Amino acid sequence: MSRRVRIALFLVSVAGVSAFLLWGLAGLPSFGDYAGPYGDLISNLAKPQRHIANAVTAVVFDYRGFDTMGEELILFGAASSVVMLLRETRDEDVADIVDRVRSDATNALSLLAALAVLVVGLDVVAHGLLTPGGGFQGGVVLAAAFLIVFLGVEFFAYNRLASTSFGEPVEAFGAGGYVGLGLVSLALGLAFLENFMGLGTFGRLTSGGSVLLVNFSSGLAVGGGFLVIFNEFLQENMAARYGR
Amino acid sequence: MSYLPYALSVWLFACGLYGIVSSRNLIHITVCVSICQSATYVLLLAIGYRKHGTAPIFSDIPTKGRTVVDPIVQSLTLTDIVVSVAVAALLLTFALKTFEHHHSLDPAEIAGLKG
Repeated sequence: MSRRVRIALFLVSVAGVSAFLLWGLAGLPSFGDYAGPYGDLISNLAKPQRHIANAVTAVVFDYRGFDTMGEELILFGAASSVVMLLRETRDEDVADIVDRVRSDATNALSLLAALAVLVVGLDVVAHGLLTPGGGFQGGVVLAAAFLIVFLGVEFFAYNRLASTSFGEPVEAFGAGGYVGLGLVSLALGLAFLENFMGLGTFGRLTSGGSVLLVNFSSGLAVGGGFLVIFNEFLQENMAARYGR
Repeated sequence: MSYLPYALSVWLFACGLYGIVSSRNLIHITVCVSICQSATYVLLLAIGYRKHGTAPIFSDIPTKGRTVVDPIVQSLTLTDIVVSVAVAALLLTFALKTFEHHHSLDPAEIAGLKG
């Protein structure tokens, strides 16, 4: 099929699909007027029932914790597939490549920035139950801190800090911890991922019981997963650039 | 009555689809897939929005008597954004491997499947 025919066929089909989508969406309540009953229920329940201030996190790691486990396993599967597909370049092949950024000022500022981002990441993960944030978002920020070391300092330091032998266990520990916490709940005769610890004082960093542990393990899983992905791409890039 | 955000999501989705169909580059296709995914985020967040609603975070506001936006669609969106980045990385890896095998990123030039 020629390109022109294909695009003509597509334009006809997409017009039909869009028309049906618009027709369907026009049956929804007007923007800003939908009174989602489940959303209201959770907004009212998260604080008294779970001692979690952030209703979004309460949904992610508690009320919908099982679905989040599925999402996390998608991430785990995607990261593992990237590792498998790019396995030709190994850690040893690029272990001696330095690739330094030739500016002392950039190096120093980047190290400071990396530390700052690391602290912000930990803060976002730790306060996930109280303020906007949580393991998913914080994990990405944590992984970004390592990437700044590559961008502003050198590949060698990045590779020493975040080699695959560091990212993979972190990811595995996080994902395994998430599933493990669910199994602990089951073993105690509760529902999967149901809170099995004391709820603590509302508003404290330690409130939320075992949901807080689920939050931390997802932070590790997401951070580790992203590190593994960054690492594989950077190794591939370095191997190509230095002819390994 | 306002349906503009819903229409925006349909428009984004159609744009992404057009990109996928007409693309001559696998990396470009990965970006278009991300655009299609973003259309779903716009739709989810638009459905969850409430007029004059604030964030569903109750650290310092009372639980009762405040309009907050729907936390469920927000949680769906936030986990999916993170997961979609990992999936984009996987798609880019496929593009890389395809280039190694066929020395081209144009889907039209990658004819036939080889073992």
